[in-house]
Amino acid sequence: MPKLTINGHEIDVAQGTSVLQACEQLGIEVPRFCYHDKLSVPANCRMCLVEVEKTPKPVASCALPCGDGMVVHTDSVVVKNARENVMEMLLINHPLDCPICDQGGECDLQDQAMAYGRDSSRYNEAKRAVKDKELGPLVSTVMTRCIHCTRCVRFVDEICGTPELGGIYRGESMEIGTYVNHALTSEMSGNLIDICPVGALTNKPASFTARSWEFQKTESIDVFDAIGANIRIDTRGNEVMRVLPRLNEDVNEEWINDKTRFAIDGLKRQRLDQPYVRRNGKLQPASWNEAFAVIADKIRTVKHEKIAALAGDMVDCESMFALKMLFKGLGSTTIDCRQDGSDYDISTRASYVMNSGIAGIEEADAILLIGTNPRHEGTLVNARIRKRWLRGGCRVGLIGAPVDLGYPHKFIGNTPSSLADIASGKHEFAAILKNAKKPMFILGAGALARADGAALHHAVRELAEQFNAVRDDWNGFNILQLAASRVGGLDIGFTPSNGGAGTAQILSGTMDVVWLLGADEIDTKKLGNAFVVYQGHHGDAGAHRADVILPGAAYTEKSGIYVNTEGRPQMALQAAFPPGEAREDWKIIRAFSEQCGDALPFDNLHQLRVVMVGHAPHLANIGMATKAKWSAFGKTGKIASQPFAPVVANFYMTDAISRASVTMAKCTEEIRPYQLPEAAE
Amino acid sequence: MVSSTQSFTFNAENLARAEKIIAKYPAGRQASAVIPLLDYAQRQNNNWLTQAAMDTVAKMLSMPPIRVYEVASFYTMFNLKPVGENFVQVCTTTPCWLRGSDGIVSSCKKKLGIGMGETTADGKFTLVEVECLGACVNAPMVQINDDYYEDLTPELMDKMLDDLKAGKKLAEGSQTGRRGSCAQNGPTSLTEKAKTNA
Amino acid sequence: MLEDKDRIFTNLYGFEDWKLPAARRRGVWEGTADIIKKGQPWVVEETKNSGLRGRGGAGFPTGMKWSFMPKPSDKPHYLIVNADESEPGTCKDRDILRYDPHRLLEGCLLGAFAINAHAVYIYIRGEFYNEASNMQVAIDEAYAYGLLGKNAAGSGWDCDVYLHRGAGAYVCGEETALMESLEGKKGQPRNKPPFPAGAGLYSCPTTINNVETIAAVPEILKRGATWFASFGRPKNSGTKLFCISGHVNQPCNVEEAMSIPMRELIEKHAGGIRGGWDNLLAVIPGGSSTPILPKEVCDTVLMDFDALRDVKSGLGTAGLIVMDKSTDVIYAIARISHFYKHESCGQCTPCREGVAWIWRVMMRMVKGNATVEEIDQLMDVTKEIEGHTICAFGDGAVWPVQGLIRHFKPQMIERIEQYRKQAKAA
Repeated sequence: MPKLTINGHEIDVAQGTSVLQACEQLGIEVPRFCYHDKLSVPANCRMCLVEVEKTPKPVASCALPCGDGMVVHTDSVVVKNARENVMEMLLINHPLDCPICDQGGECDLQDQAMAYGRDSSRYNEAKRAVKDKELGPLVSTVMTRCIHCTRCVRFVDEICGTPELGGIYRGESMEIGTYVNHALTSEMSGNLIDICPVGALTNKPASFTARSWEFQKTESIDVFDAIGANIRIDTRGNEVMRVLPRLNEDVNEEWINDKTRFAIDGLKRQRLDQPYVRRNGKLQPASWNEAFAVIADKIRTVKHEKIAALAGDMVDCESMFALKMLFKGLGSTTIDCRQDGSDYDISTRASYVMNSGIAGIEEADAILLIGTNPRHEGTLVNARIRKRWLRGGCRVGLIGAPVDLGYPHKFIGNTPSSLADIASGKHEFAAILKNAKKPMFILGAGALARADGAALHHAVRELAEQFNAVRDDWNGFNILQLAASRVGGLDIGFTPSNGGAGTAQILSGTMDVVWLLGADEIDTKKLGNAFVVYQGHHGDAGAHRADVILPGAAYTEKSGIYVNTEGRPQMALQAAFPPGEAREDWKIIRAFSEQCGDALPFDNLHQLRVVMVGHAPHLANIGMATKAKWSAFGKTGKIASQPFAPVVANFYMTDAISRASVTMAKCTEEIRPYQLPEAAE
Repeated sequence: MVSSTQSFTFNAENLARAEKIIAKYPAGRQASAVIPLLDYAQRQNNNWLTQAAMDTVAKMLSMPPIRVYEVASFYTMFNLKPVGENFVQVCTTTPCWLRGSDGIVSSCKKKLGIGMGETTADGKFTLVEVECLGACVNAPMVQINDDYYEDLTPELMDKMLDDLKAGKKLAEGSQTGRRGSCAQNGPTSLTEKAKTNA
Repeated sequence: MLEDKDRIFTNLYGFEDWKLPAARRRGVWEGTADIIKKGQPWVVEETKNSGLRGRGGAGFPTGMKWSFMPKPSDKPHYLIVNADESEPGTCKDRDILRYDPHRLLEGCLLGAFAINAHAVYIYIRGEFYNEASNMQVAIDEAYAYGLLGKNAAGSGWDCDVYLHRGAGAYVCGEETALMESLEGKKGQPRNKPPFPAGAGLYSCPTTINNVETIAAVPEILKRGATWFASFGRPKNSGTKLFCISGHVNQPCNVEEAMSIPMRELIEKHAGGIRGGWDNLLAVIPGGSSTPILPKEVCDTVLMDFDALRDVKSGLGTAGLIVMDKSTDVIYAIARISHFYKHESCGQCTPCREGVAWIWRVMMRMVKGNATVEEIDQLMDVTKEIEGHTICAFGDGAVWPVQGLIRHFKPQMIERIEQYRKQAKAA
């Protein structure tokens, strides 16, 4: 534990702490550009120079480990001069085009130039101009602004595992780029926009649309996958202008994936902004009262066991809970939140969450992926696995469809028989799991949504126990859920009970009325002749099949609780209003219940939550992943021999919002795995 | 930027050499061989590197292609576009400049009818200016392909270019008959050795 | 003057053959095993006592550098020979590489033994194609005759030597850039710490020595520290290769005793200044990065580390670039600025941006298209770079300009005034 003095303050720090980090611990600001606490340390910008007594030259504090007895100054004349000097150098070739730069107002270079720079430049020579690079549909480049900090190069290399950016040429001619023009292939490339400290890499879809100080900022939760990335939604007026990550070390660190960030233009297209009723085979605009009346009339004519509800993948807990209550009132328990049809044992919470937590991945020393491609199903979980791998001492195995995960891994096989090979010790990876102190099993939808998903679920639970992955101090049995609504839906019991039927029967063509709550990822042909109510925000598959459409709110337009794959309830906040006649979903359900003459027992969202938490108390622990109790869950059964198939065909289009997004359509078209041109061998 | 349709394969001889080179470095450190392999690729490909050649090297060494592009563009000896058969590199750094490299440059430009960085229409010559080649006591000097030509005058340079045009082979080294870095008038040290080996 | 019998590099000019038989006749590979039998501490101590300082420019005491290497562990140790000779004005290592490669190889074995290394990489600049070719032939000969490899030269020490060619980058002469390059990356210097002795090549303990340093080691160990220390002034001892280029009558390389007066060196070996000593304008004494010295200083200065440091320059690589009075000294330095601009790796801000800035201002100074105040501003900019970069390249890039301003400011002002007059007339 070195003890050092910084600006007269003594501080004890952990071995290996850099002087810059020690300064931060003391609340002393040290300007920097190249340093980023999630990336390696090149110390190339020289902005963080500090004075260390008995050292002849100023030293880059980011790369200097604290030493016992060090005396550091960050407020001396030497340091002030050094900062002014480096700032001057950074600015001589910078275009200073802040008035036309999208980074303006939230630019490290701008801010630090104000704080640490001189008021004028002495540079009278011609400035450098650099050709812009084409990095695909998401990241816009103005390379003349680049200050060569190499954060972007390190980000794609270290965090994404897609080393496609580099510093080409040298000296003042050095340019950041791909050398061979191609779209970046990482699903996290949008984070480059955030880590670029200047306006060299900016948000392409949002180019020239707004200034950072015009935004209303709302802290919320992402719903495009089950990670529950913490986000900030920036709106201007009622328009969602952009989405940024919020720091949450337990969940998304400071990253979000590109769908989270860029699919938001889908919120403006194909929206359901008023109720519709199908008349004479055609959907026609209707008033809320008309729509409710048509549904109520229909429901009165059918047997209550023939009424079913199916919740989609982006639905908040409150809406599902309200619908569940409504259906209870209608006498139906035929409800399900698993539109993928998965039917594994969910009798205990530990059976359907990521028990180790996402951050727990960093503790694992052997990871077996089963029926999952985390790169597409939970990009930030994949980033966490990569982070763990990069640190060394952890091997990753894959049983599932072969895929490029962005880090080396052992491909074990793509059929369930590989599971048996692990269990029997036949495959070499079994020894790796056996010798691991904290083995981890990550089971994904590629296995769970199969017809034999329940049996596979059971088999993996046994495997986890066999390899001692479930103990008091460690639980390495992890489900990687795909849908933002899934764990919440299971937690509040949006599943059949008391003789009610599940997804399979709901989609067997035998129902008379089916209420789709944002459920679009189904084969609507399987609804048979049912009268279909679609409550949701986009005119996607469900709405096309509907007899009545009830326009709801998208995730940015309502406050709601979502439980992520770890079982962590998090609260999304409303950043905008639903368009037109559309309303928040719980309100729609509450209003309809009144139409049916059996009003639900809550008049506002708070009351609803109170009732809901009564049913599922842990939902009150916002932000906390409560440890789930372990038991011998699972349903045995026959395991088929067919290979695992990918469940996400196209990462960029997985739901009603992203399918409506022009940006996601561009990604689908332009982003191809970067492959080497065929080299004859 | 080059077309990605080109292909590149190491010939058998270079492939064997490449294997020997890779063996010089510890296991898992094969990336160390990137400069020598790019050099072989360039030699095999008329003294310049195509993207296909760089990609081939990347594959052989299990390196991300971008890391190879970085290397190829960092070091000046790699040519990323085609060059002439005779790659004439004139040193103009201060020690050569003091001894008249300006005259050598003009001589080359005039004789070849091209400017710096250009290639003659027949593809026989490319003329470039380079930084110090480390033969300062034999200034001015040029490097043509692998060989140094030293102690030049514009007249000697003219004659060399004429000879090259005529397809003659040049004698490398000092063009005034000096022995290495020994003074032109004879050595001031090691004089006994000079006598016995004269 | 140094006598031939005390010269280490007896085939400096290639009067004799460079291959093994001729090298043996010069005493190379003679008694190598006997030295190794004296043990590692003796080798390091004797080298320390000889006062040998690194011949690559920085002049760090060689024996002390070796003693920084950690105790043997499971990590291999490496010796790297820096043959990336690229400092303008310097062409001494080239003569060793092409005319006396076995002397270097013998030094490799001894140096490797001194630091517990069994593998040596010789990193040679790519442009030295023929030199590399000779070197490789010599390595092959040495293996064929058991001088390298297992039980090298019968010494009981295993030593492999590998030649690695660079591909054109002055900055790779910086030791950590060289290691990066050797690892297959761009030659961008590393931050220190960690220092190479702790984590160098492949993160293993590594020592890097210059060609001339390593090649001098066998003779020092054979003749003894006292012999070597008897030349030159204290702390500046030994013999040294000097390269004398520019406006002298007989440009050449020569091995001389350290601390020889500059004037004597030039007049005895390089045939004097063109037009006589009084026609001397200035000398860059130790390769392009050492600040220029005007004639008054050259009249009396000694060629060693301390004497040249005392006149705010340096011995550097001992490559003298001589300029007579016909020289446009501003351009001579501007051309050096161009060199550094061209060779900057581009990694860190002050060097990447600043060195190019300096070159642009220098080119205006050559014309006189500047203001007098800009001269001081130029000096200021050099100070912004100096001491603020990752490696010493930034320092080396600005020293020449500082030297110019220090000694030739009146000429710079005159140029500016001239330019103004002409502009007015036009």
